[in-house]
Amino acid sequence: MRITCPYCGERDRREFYYRGAATDLDRPAPDAGEEAWENFVFLRENPAGVTRDLWYHEGGCGAWVVVTRNTVTHEVLETRLASEARS
Amino acid sequence: MRIKGKGLIDRSRSIPFMFDGVRYSGFEGDTLASALLANGVRLMGRSFKYHRPRGVLTAGSEEPNALVTVGSGASQEPNVRATVQEIYAGLEACSQNRWPSLNFDLLAANDLAAPFLGAGFYYKTFMWPKSFWEKVYEPIIRRAAGLGALSGQDNVDKYERAWAFCDLLVIGAGPAGLMAALVAGRAGADVILADEGSRMGGRLLAETYEIDGKPGHVWVDEVQAELEAMDNVRLMTRTSVAGVYDQGTYAALERVHHHDGRHPHGAPLETFWRIVAKRSVLAAGALERPVAFRDNDRPGIMTAGAVRAYLNRWGVSAGKNVTVFGNTDDIHRTARDLLAAGVHVAAVIDSRHDAPLSDDYPVLRGAQVCGSSGRKGLEAITVRRPSGEERIQTDCLAMTGGWNPSVHLTCHMNGRPTWRRDIAAFVPTPGAVPGMVPAGACNGSFSTAACLREGIAAAGEALADLGVKLPEVAVPEAEDTPYEIAQLWAVPGKGRAWLDFQNDVTVKDVKQAAVENFRSVEHMKRYTTQGMATDQGKNSNVAALAVLADATGRGISETGTTTFRPPYAPVSIAAIAAGAEGRGFRPQRFTTSHKASVARGAPMIEAGLWYRPSYFPKPGETTWRQSCDREVRMVREAVGVCDVSTLGKIDIQGPDAGAFLDFVYTNMFSTLKVGRVRYGLMLREDGYVMDDGTTARLGQHHYLMTTTTAAAGDVMKHLEFVHQGLRPELDVCFASVTEQWAQFAVAGPKSRDLLNGLLEKPLSDEEWPFMACGPVKVLGVEGRLFRISFSGEHAYEIAVPARYGASLFDILAERAEALGGGPYGMEALNVLRIEKGHITHAEIHGRTTAFDIGMGRMVSQKKDCIGKTMSERPGLEEEGREQLVGLKPVGESKQLLAGAHLYNEGAEPTRVNDQGYVTSVCYSPTLGHMIGLGFLADGPERHGETVKMVDGLRGVTTLCKVVDPVFFDPEGGRVRG
Ligand SMILES: [Zn+2]
Repeated sequence: MRITCPYCGERDRREFYYRGAATDLDRPAPDAGEEAWENFVFLRENPAGVTRDLWYHEGGCGAWVVVTRNTVTHEVLETRLASEARS
Repeated sequence: MRIKGKGLIDRSRSIPFMFDGVRYSGFEGDTLASALLANGVRLMGRSFKYHRPRGVLTAGSEEPNALVTVGSGASQEPNVRATVQEIYAGLEACSQNRWPSLNFDLLAANDLAAPFLGAGFYYKTFMWPKSFWEKVYEPIIRRAAGLGALSGQDNVDKYERAWAFCDLLVIGAGPAGLMAALVAGRAGADVILADEGSRMGGRLLAETYEIDGKPGHVWVDEVQAELEAMDNVRLMTRTSVAGVYDQGTYAALERVHHHDGRHPHGAPLETFWRIVAKRSVLAAGALERPVAFRDNDRPGIMTAGAVRAYLNRWGVSAGKNVTVFGNTDDIHRTARDLLAAGVHVAAVIDSRHDAPLSDDYPVLRGAQVCGSSGRKGLEAITVRRPSGEERIQTDCLAMTGGWNPSVHLTCHMNGRPTWRRDIAAFVPTPGAVPGMVPAGACNGSFSTAACLREGIAAAGEALADLGVKLPEVAVPEAEDTPYEIAQLWAVPGKGRAWLDFQNDVTVKDVKQAAVENFRSVEHMKRYTTQGMATDQGKNSNVAALAVLADATGRGISETGTTTFRPPYAPVSIAAIAAGAEGRGFRPQRFTTSHKASVARGAPMIEAGLWYRPSYFPKPGETTWRQSCDREVRMVREAVGVCDVSTLGKIDIQGPDAGAFLDFVYTNMFSTLKVGRVRYGLMLREDGYVMDDGTTARLGQHHYLMTTTTAAAGDVMKHLEFVHQGLRPELDVCFASVTEQWAQFAVAGPKSRDLLNGLLEKPLSDEEWPFMACGPVKVLGVEGRLFRISFSGEHAYEIAVPARYGASLFDILAERAEALGGGPYGMEALNVLRIEKGHITHAEIHGRTTAFDIGMGRMVSQKKDCIGKTMSERPGLEEEGREQLVGLKPVGESKQLLAGAHLYNEGAEPTRVNDQGYVTSVCYSPTLGHMIGLGFLADGPERHGETVKMVDGLRGVTTLCKVVDPVFFDPEGGRVRG
């Protein structure tokens, strides 16, 4: 699998550390309530299809990258810096 | 039998080699299989289950029968295909899966028991009694079955991993692959042409075809010479592309030195390549399939293509009196090639009723071979014709059931091949692998002209959207014979007709599977083991599923194939893992004091990848406890020196550094004064403790964070994530400086005396109070000093650039010794911190909260931080939670054990009565007894109570008094004094 780091270009996935769903970027406000926090910390979608997840270019520049990919076709559709990708 | 004047071998170079202890000779260019055939050796192996005598079936990497062991001792390699192994002077090969010898194999008795050993026999036979499976049946089966054996020793051979990148990867260097590489190379594209053979050319080396009026191999040499002259083309022979992965990543195994048994200049035996290609052309060719008939497995029966390959490429006739059997025009070509070489052709048996006749050899039309005889090699075949059966003497039968395009790689990304009835074969489904274009025989186009045409077209198609424009290329002239085939899978009749030669699966086994309702091809495969041998069904899959389709009344297309998975050809784990064994798997990190510690006799202990000294033994000390106790007393009474460089050090700078730290730590850091250090606690977002450590404020916008040794990498990732992902607006950045600074703890009442004299001016409590930090000059070197303490004593940590670490350690240790102290190791460090109730990852093990470790008040109520919201969940700070306590033995048993559980004094030690557990224990030389830290339900409210520690595993029960976790100097007077 090849991932394009916005800084370093296309690299093998072995240079990256995988974290999980990009919903980790959507941190609720402290007072957002139990349900929002439970969703944020524990609940994850497991889609057959397009998913967004977080990869850390640990063997490279240290950028956190949001990778949009398709879990069925394995296509990588888009990569963006986490710092610019918050929804 | 070698044929004069035939073959592409160098007859001027005779090469001696050994097989099963017998000395033979072959020529440069021979494989082990061709050289053995030339020497009249037909018996090369025994089958997996029945130990049937077997000879070579093919001439390529798909060989199922002729598997041998090469070499001996630590470098012995089992299951090497004799058809792939090239001979070299000194090659020693042995047959396998036989006892005591290949000619006389006692386990051939299995063959007599064959009626009981059919499909599923394991599951049916070894059912009862149940306890027999593990102890009796399985060991016996394992001994009897299996192929070659491993040496059981460490592999002494060198392997390598490598990366390559290109615009176009061409897989296979037959006519299609060569043309694709040639046009792409001429167009200037970066091309890699990989072929599994020792020589490029594919079937052109095995046939007598001409291209542009020249012998095929001459044309190959010319193309190869042109390619070799191009800087943008890389030719890789002996390289099997074994797997296709996402985004144009291909796995390939290069057999670098199997062919000559040498390792000059440390060259590897094999290299595992990862090739990243923007586009690829698959020109993998096709594999010929055998026909199933009764006893079609005798040595001397092989595929017709193999017979031609041995004849045309290696100048070897596989027999003196050859018969040919099949269902395509290939059998006539085989007969013609043999006759032209002067080999007698006894008969051509063509299953097609409209087969062409010949004046040169007898053709039996509409006939089928239905049996064979001969003890360890073919002596005669039985041919069935409408007029009856007839026996023909022959020592070699060349058979063909048609060709299977090598579609494997097109299926590695979930693709399924498409059935083409006209050629009775599966072909690649277009677009099965993004960016890969199949061409030639692997695409179902079998004539030489079609291969050449498709090679050009495929390169054009593959490179079109890369903006590479191909030059006009004339298609070389070559034969364009149409491929006419009548389906022929299995000749009906009694007896055993083999489909999967290596795993001994017969037509009857497949039919039996269908009868027992294993009708899905995947179920049939697993029930019969068809396709599960080292050839992965390359010789048997299509025929087996044709038989299954027939038995279940379905079409072949409907029956479908099993899943093609990587690797296409066997790849040794040693090559995949090259560089990752031993220390490559687990690199060692050494501190700057490593050598000095080892020189002082310190046993080194692993801390992650780091090595740290356990203790520094003194003459006369015979146990670690003696050394440890002395080192603890030394720190409490004089001064000790300990290398703490392994702790993670993260340099944090920027105007928003303080605000950032407030967000990652539970407590405040923006309020920390410059020149001061503060202990910080870090939570995970789920509210549990992640890590702890001290952070120093070196400047207005400059902090230095320390992490625990184990969590250094995780904390670094965490900081980057929190910054980039959650607080990108904060102007702050991080750098790991763990390796850049050597840092030593100098602890004990005489620590100030030790340091005075090394620094520019004497230390004072006024300038250097507890938790002060700042720059210092250490013997003229710019360093840093921190007045912090893990031991509870008056202590400092002194840091210098790593290049000065070794010399500073020596100076510190010497000065400490002059003051009645010395260096101390991990054991003493651990005792000192347990005496002070300081936590490590034994306590913050991922399931404890700040509340649990008695630091609930450190979660600041003035601000948000990572983990704060979830740490306030009901249940995480309520009554009944297990919280940190100290424990000391009060009963008869004085022993405490980490991992033991705690119960109320009179309670049964059962799960429901569990009150907590012990995390850290040590003998405290300061207090004169064992002490422990642990977690006890409502622990802080139970100081003074007696609880029962039970270690069920080690059978120890100890009554303990629950005490404050700070055993020593609870007021903290020593650390400030
Ligand atoms: Zn990068």
